[in-house]
Amino acid sequence: MADQPLVRLTIEGVPVSVPQGTLVIEAAKQAGVMIPHYCYHSGLPVAGVCRMCLVEIETTPKLQIACATQAAEGMVVNVLSAQAREARQGVLEFLLINHPLDCPICDQAGECELQDYVFQEGRSRTRYTPTYAKRFNPVEDFGGDVLYVPNRCILCTRCVRFMEHVAEEPILNVSERGDRAYIGIHPDRHLDHPWAGNVVDLCPVGSLLSKDFLHKARAWELDKTPGVCTGCSQGCNVNLDTRTDVVVRVRPRANLDVNQYFMCDHGRMQYRWMNRGDRIEAPLVAHGHELAAVSWDHAFARAAEIVRGTAGRAAVLASPRASTEALFLAKRVLGRFDLTAAFRVQRVSEEAPLIGVPNLALRSERAPNVTGATLLGYTEQFEVAVKALSGSAVVLVLDDPLEGVSADLLRAAGQVIYLGTVLPDAARAAHVVLPIANVAEEDGTFVNRDQRVQRYFQAKVGPGMARPAWWVLGELLAELKLGGPFGSAAEAFAWMAAEEPRFGGLSYQLLGTRGMVLPAGRPAGVGA
Amino acid sequence: MHETTYEPVFTGDRKKQLDQLLPRFPTKRAALLPALWMVQQARGWISDHAMAEVAEVLGLTPAYVKGVVTFYTMYHQHPVGKHFVQVCTTTPCNLCGAEGVVKAFLEHTGCKELGATSPDGKYTVIEVECLGACGFPTPVMIGDDFIENVTPEGVPELLRKYQ
Amino acid sequence: MGYPHQPHLKETVVLSQYFGDAEARTYDGWVKRGGYQALEKALAMEPAQVIEIVKQSGLRGRGGAGFPAGVKWSFMPKEKKKPHYLCCNADESEPGTFKDREIMRWTPHGLIEGCAIAQYAIQAEVTYIYVRGEFTEPLRIMEGALAEAYRHGVLGPNAMGTGKRLDMYLHRGAGAYICGEETALMSSIEGRRGNPRIRPPFPAAYGVFGMPTTINNVETLASVPHIINRGGAWYKSLSLSHPKSTGTKLFSVCGNVKRPGNYEVTMGFPLGELIDELCGGVPDGRTLKACIPGGSSVPILNREESESCKLDYEGCVEQGTMLGSGGLIVFDDSADMVYQIMRLARFYAHESCAQCTQCREGTAWTVRILQRILAGQGEAKDLDLLLDLSEQMTGKTICVLSDSCAAPVVSGIKKFRGEFEAYINGTRRPRPVLVHA
Repeated sequence: MADQPLVRLTIEGVPVSVPQGTLVIEAAKQAGVMIPHYCYHSGLPVAGVCRMCLVEIETTPKLQIACATQAAEGMVVNVLSAQAREARQGVLEFLLINHPLDCPICDQAGECELQDYVFQEGRSRTRYTPTYAKRFNPVEDFGGDVLYVPNRCILCTRCVRFMEHVAEEPILNVSERGDRAYIGIHPDRHLDHPWAGNVVDLCPVGSLLSKDFLHKARAWELDKTPGVCTGCSQGCNVNLDTRTDVVVRVRPRANLDVNQYFMCDHGRMQYRWMNRGDRIEAPLVAHGHELAAVSWDHAFARAAEIVRGTAGRAAVLASPRASTEALFLAKRVLGRFDLTAAFRVQRVSEEAPLIGVPNLALRSERAPNVTGATLLGYTEQFEVAVKALSGSAVVLVLDDPLEGVSADLLRAAGQVIYLGTVLPDAARAAHVVLPIANVAEEDGTFVNRDQRVQRYFQAKVGPGMARPAWWVLGELLAELKLGGPFGSAAEAFAWMAAEEPRFGGLSYQLLGTRGMVLPAGRPAGVGA
Repeated sequence: MHETTYEPVFTGDRKKQLDQLLPRFPTKRAALLPALWMVQQARGWISDHAMAEVAEVLGLTPAYVKGVVTFYTMYHQHPVGKHFVQVCTTTPCNLCGAEGVVKAFLEHTGCKELGATSPDGKYTVIEVECLGACGFPTPVMIGDDFIENVTPEGVPELLRKYQ
Repeated sequence: MGYPHQPHLKETVVLSQYFGDAEARTYDGWVKRGGYQALEKALAMEPAQVIEIVKQSGLRGRGGAGFPAGVKWSFMPKEKKKPHYLCCNADESEPGTFKDREIMRWTPHGLIEGCAIAQYAIQAEVTYIYVRGEFTEPLRIMEGALAEAYRHGVLGPNAMGTGKRLDMYLHRGAGAYICGEETALMSSIEGRRGNPRIRPPFPAAYGVFGMPTTINNVETLASVPHIINRGGAWYKSLSLSHPKSTGTKLFSVCGNVKRPGNYEVTMGFPLGELIDELCGGVPDGRTLKACIPGGSSVPILNREESESCKLDYEGCVEQGTMLGSGGLIVFDDSADMVYQIMRLARFYAHESCAQCTQCREGTAWTVRILQRILAGQGEAKDLDLLLDLSEQMTGKTICVLSDSCAAPVVSGIKKFRGEFEAYINGTRRPRPVLVHA
């Protein structure tokens, strides 16, 4: 589009210039006008069936749909003229005649485009009175996470088009015709495509529902926080929806450079652990064989003592789910040692691509920050690092779950500092335990597989005394007089950007909510 | 509606017949309507199994095929009587007494209501929208036979030919 | 001629000359009657010359829209970069219309010849003749004629011995009125639901299988051989009223007339004469109440309008209706307009493809209101509501099916309001509907 010549047009009195070929509905967004629509979705092929986006285009006798009309030089578009409003009011009335109006028990209420537009432009009373029956079809389990409530369906066909043109597995259809039509699925098939859950987000009304989210919360009670999916190294942009400090849903957040408007079903389910109840809520320090809760000051003093009092070899066992900031700072804490830094990541053999979107898949590496860890000099030779534990003076564990690493193995090391969200049995061998926030409870960044650095934001508060790892490590560095402390994740990132050439020039402000790809050509990692 | 055992439709000559159709179109999908007609001619109706078979043969999905089948009213999604009777009752024929013809068919076939199959399994009677023979009221289709100028009085004799 | 009746002196018999003549159905019989000479003639010309002759004739689309056929052909790319297609629309389903059926039943070779000429003119390698699924007999006859045409080398790799390739296939519909809409017909040929598509792009640029395509009605294409044989000027001279309406037109007359059938008259023929003289008028003891001249999708004419209507594109517009497909539905004074309009609305509700909101919901709602009025439960405000819904259903959707539902409703209420009011105020006995839609 960038090479296309521009055309100038006027939408609701606002002049705009858009590349030739731009649809009026998109051009209107530039003019600050949201043209009501249902079937249109930027991520799907145009259908032009709901007729909701009818607008008046001067010199054209009939109203036109903004979703299928290209902007043209000199075009004058009236969205709010009486004629256009009446037409849309007509569409809304037609859409409601068979609608059950069951908003009080509908999950979509509060984020329903039918509700919104009826409120905005619809009639206050129906004329579909008094005794006509409404169309009725029973609720159907489409399989996967999806429930179909046909009575609320407005047949916009977004779901059908998604499955046909984006997932390229057409297992949904429009069945029958006229007002008997409904969304059908072949009885022998389920909506179990790895990306099928997107149909729930795409549905503008409460017709396709997530079984996982069913009756969990009202939309208006939810707070939305931008985040990055932790399910794999793709780094899909998401929103974490929380209700009173509980994450109840993860939905995709549009980013045309990463995931367009979509995320996979695996990613959608990566939130339950964010609400785990068995968290470490206070710093712990070993007294004999017992770990005892202490103040942060006490814990930092003890940890600093450990780091200062030894020398030689050291190891960091980090999780590739840790923030880039934490991964960087953890190595800095043990900067004067002969350091082995390793992580491990679950790898599955098959990727699950979303065919219709280039470079989008559920990746085989099932962690969000493998690239960040690698860039910072962590290796995937986790087993080698574990074997070398016995010769290490200090071991710092950064939220690795320590599966397969016994307490005895850890005890063979000199001293163990454990930063974690939960306390696995093996971690009880640690000398100092520092409770950290999980991804939903802190600000931070991940670097996705394409070296895009992306920020995620704090969505809820952490339990007890748990703090973000960047804060914990910053305080520890300050105690050691090596750097820090940091008042915010942004400060921690700024320090990393100053110290680490690959991140040079980047800042939270620059990254914004869409992220930036690391400049190429600079040496990767500290050790390089 | 599931059959207990399913015999594929597209074997032998029918497979050949379908293969001969394919070069008529630049896409395999375009052979869908003809393929469905072949199924209906062979089986009298189009079951979910048959839709799956057609999908397989043409490289489509069963759901897609079902979407198409349900669009076109001449494809039967359920078994129908041996003789499928369609009576045109749209306005031009209606003006000429088509509803009387429908009543006569319902009465003389033993079908209690439209769309139901008679107890002996012989007949299913439906009203159909415009058969396109408005100058010959009332046109009726019985199976593939197209019969013009049917009157209520003529129904019993007509039915004698369809036993 | 008004098959099955003898030709009337006032008819201008061109297309219908051999209706009822079984021998004309065969290849030999057709050739004996001068068949395939036009094709031979056309194949000896440049495609552009053929288009020019058709343009000159003033032939307009007989399917309903009345777009000049030659102009439509000229929209096809001149320089061929992709395959071109011709689609023959034989999905005749417009209530009141049954002319294409007779053309296919009696003069299948005439249609094949017309298709072949058009196909050559637009440089298409393939013609798909899309026949509605219910037309089992026309399908059988067309199938036989096509096989004959291939056998005799009219079609195939060396059409008429010219070395040019012409292929023609029948495609059977399966019960969907909307497939008579040109873009829906293309969807259907492609093996899809018969959904109309948004225009632009127009078929000449992006038609069936995404390739340049022309779609013409059976009657339009069947007229072409006559134009090639006798010249564009001859065809253009056939005009009784408006010079932009030329040639002959088959009118399918049905409903309350003594002699229903197809009558071929010159464009501009008076509607009143067609009913009274050619069709023998309404049944004895009855008087004419109303007419729908162009198939059920056009506004209804009352008696006075019918009597002064000239049957051509402009004459119908002058009376506030359209020539449409030439399906003339006649209502006498015994007809219950409310009931019949409900039946028409029910037809459209049944046939709506379900894409556009106004059509999917509006057609069905219209039926419900009309059925309630018929059941004696209507209210005075229902008529205004019907008019308002019809307004919402007009000019706002992908195709004109919902407009077509609105047309008889709006004109019916306007011209026969008393009949509606009689049901509403109880002066007319309720008429419950036999079967609900």
